[in-house]
Amino acid sequence: MAQAASKIIKTEIYDEGIEKGIERLTQQRIDQVINHVLKNEVGARLKTYVDTCVHCGLCSEACHFYLSYDNDPAFSPAGKVKQTIWEILKRKGNVDAEFIKRARLIASTECNLCRRCAMYCPFGIDVAYLMSIVRRICHLLGVTPKYQQDTVHSHAATLNQMWVKEDEYIDSLMWQEEEAQDEIPNLRIPLEKEGAEIFYSVIAPEPKFRAQLIYQTAVLMNVAGVDWTMPATPGWDNSDMCMFSGDIEMMGRLKKAHFETAMRLKVKRIVMGECGHAFRSVYDVGNRWLLWKWPPIPVTHAVEFYYELFNEGKVSVAQKYDKTVTFQDPCNISRGRGLHEMGRYLARTLCTEFIEMHPNREHNLCCCAGGGVINCGPPFKMKRILGNRAKAEQLFAVKARGAETIIAPCHNCHGGLDDIVHHYGLGMEIKFLGDIIYDCIEKPV
Amino acid sequence: MFDAGSWDWDTGRRLISDTHQWKDMFDWIEEPYVSPDGEKIASVVRKEEGEYSICQNGTAWEKTFDKVWYLKFTPDNRLTALVSDMGEWTVAVDGNVWDNTFDFVWDTRFGPDGQNIIVAAQKGMKYFVAMSDIPWDNEFSTLSNLIISRDGKRAAIVVQTVPLKEGEIFKFQEGCYSVAVDGKTWEKNFVNVWDMDFSHDGMHVAAEVRTTLYDYTIAVDGVPWDQSYSSVWRPKFSPKDGSVSAPVRIGGNWTLVRDGKPFWNRSFGQLWHHMYSPDGEKVAAIVAPKYGRWTMAVDGNSWKLTFGDLVTDAVFSPDGSKLACIGKEDGKWTIAVNGKPWQEKFDMAWQPVFSPDSRRVAAKVEKKGRYTIVIDGRPLKETFAAVWDPVFSPDGDKIMIRAIEDKSDPGEYYRHIIPVTDITG
Repeated sequence: MAQAASKIIKTEIYDEGIEKGIERLTQQRIDQVINHVLKNEVGARLKTYVDTCVHCGLCSEACHFYLSYDNDPAFSPAGKVKQTIWEILKRKGNVDAEFIKRARLIASTECNLCRRCAMYCPFGIDVAYLMSIVRRICHLLGVTPKYQQDTVHSHAATLNQMWVKEDEYIDSLMWQEEEAQDEIPNLRIPLEKEGAEIFYSVIAPEPKFRAQLIYQTAVLMNVAGVDWTMPATPGWDNSDMCMFSGDIEMMGRLKKAHFETAMRLKVKRIVMGECGHAFRSVYDVGNRWLLWKWPPIPVTHAVEFYYELFNEGKVSVAQKYDKTVTFQDPCNISRGRGLHEMGRYLARTLCTEFIEMHPNREHNLCCCAGGGVINCGPPFKMKRILGNRAKAEQLFAVKARGAETIIAPCHNCHGGLDDIVHHYGLGMEIKFLGDIIYDCIEKPV
Repeated sequence: MFDAGSWDWDTGRRLISDTHQWKDMFDWIEEPYVSPDGEKIASVVRKEEGEYSICQNGTAWEKTFDKVWYLKFTPDNRLTALVSDMGEWTVAVDGNVWDNTFDFVWDTRFGPDGQNIIVAAQKGMKYFVAMSDIPWDNEFSTLSNLIISRDGKRAAIVVQTVPLKEGEIFKFQEGCYSVAVDGKTWEKNFVNVWDMDFSHDGMHVAAEVRTTLYDYTIAVDGVPWDQSYSSVWRPKFSPKDGSVSAPVRIGGNWTLVRDGKPFWNRSFGQLWHHMYSPDGEKVAAIVAPKYGRWTMAVDGNSWKLTFGDLVTDAVFSPDGSKLACIGKEDGKWTIAVNGKPWQEKFDMAWQPVFSPDSRRVAAKVEKKGRYTIVIDGRPLKETFAAVWDPVFSPDGDKIMIRAIEDKSDPGEYYRHIIPVTDITG
């Protein structure tokens, strides 16, 4: 595995978005953008982090890239900062196109913005924030991986991340309603029901190719007697690759549409599906860029919502999932929101045998797909998979103790873990909580 | 405009339909919708297995469909729905379907008099707008952001004008989107086009556009302003002089510009949903004077009153002397008028409604699952299982309460006409 990792490091990865982006750069443009960002978009926070870091390197072992690439210091969080924003500051912005290319690769394909390192830094320096500044600079310079930029374009054109057209989305919901009515004849996916208690929001991959998740949620909502709705307008998608590419203006546009859809529907809260990055966008980053200190309409992540339903007795378990499970804590809802104990409550409620992977909870290792890294697409797939050998080792260890199924309540975790499971031959199943809930709950006969 | 004066404004309480009885007739009844004049209540119902229809005032439409959704009453009290029969979609109006059928149809809109019914439609993977059963001649590969003119006679929509395959990022950045007005496309393409506005005479369209990934501006009839900004929000035409104004982001803050030139002389952390008073003399907007605080600003001057959670659904009184909005603080909702909040807080509040003489403002509110109407901060004593937005009589002396009561016989839908003073004292 180490050999493969070395090979990928040394192999030049061609990405059309990055290569053509740097071809169009001029020194004047680089100077202008960097000066603009440093002067107008960052302030005390960057200065504090830069002034505070004592280069101790304690962050290194927090990073799955560093661990997976044989403790190569270039992959340590401090090393990534040193190669990018520190160098930009040191050179007072006087960097060339090749530097920008390397900076984009580091910030967008070698860092998941998972914030694990911030917990190991004695001063709590948020390296994810520093990498986000680098991403912002690269976005303004037009140097973005092709596949990620395409997703951002989809967001801009359709307000969802997968080019789902307005009619296709509605049609998917109606299709899932019809399918689910074969199982529960009076099941309904209520569209545009003003005044419902809950607006259920999803990321675009659900109506696009994971429609069974909408089916499963519809069954759960109907069994639990939840007063819910889904909109029939753009604003239904809670995802946000713009936050990760550095296109924060588009990020704001997406979040405005999402929350204003909730306001228009007069719902009490938004319940969102099992997605980590979208939670970060609606709960922390996107809302705040728009100046909402907190989400203007409260947001509940699926894990917290499921916990409520079981804890309040609105759904019950008919038969437990009988394979031994372990739990992947998604960064954005564990480190970002502290939902790890609720996740365990659900795993134990639904499954006969639950065992921990180590490390776990807020210390868990990232899946290496989040932070927009998986959205950089096929060119970077192997770099991502090899960059998380540490996760494979973590999973081998828990598998050796009996785990057969990984519960991962996050779309990015699913994608990342699926690649790791296949590449390293782990032979483990990956499930959403929703998959297991659907299989295990008491349903009307 | 519809003539509310022709409606029954005689004081009294009249049972329109006992929706509870519908349960004996149908095994599937969706949430009800009520006509503007309060005379009709309707729901999607299932008559037989796989056969859906609409029940209005206790009588189901004769025709049944595979699917029925998006019930909406026109301003002139006709009931519309989007219906599918044998997989073909169309629009049904008071039980009669359009001649044209589509592979899908959505986003029903009306003009103020309700005469024109406009929808977005797709057939054979081609997209277009259909207006009162007449599809546009021109079709597009996709569309979004439908708007209609204030008289309801024209429609505009964002369309894709250049074919684009997934992954063609540089082609996208050259501009593949434009606007079609009554089917005719602007000559110029943009990287993106979003929210739009028709001029008050219906002759012009202004739109939020992006000319590069970084340059946002406003285009009027396809011509972008010379100035660009790091972001913009929806433009609006002035009813007074036809100028176009829009919130724009400059140096990290938001201000209002008009025809590309400074309009308000101050900026805010956020500024959106600006609106003109009906006479065009005043401009108001939802603003954030500082991080996490929200209020209204009129002609650039913000209220002292602020809310922490949000401000939304602002509206000017007909004479422009008053401005009302919804504010939310610590999870509780209320109405504010000219910077003064109502004392009572609610679990939800709907957009305030002014009386035609601008003296009164009323709103639908909800607390602990019960609904009522509040006028000038004073709630009707009675609460309901459901209530719709209040409607003032043309002289402003009476108010129509459209509500489902559940005290004696659950589900009785009543239309009440009561003197406003019964609530305000």
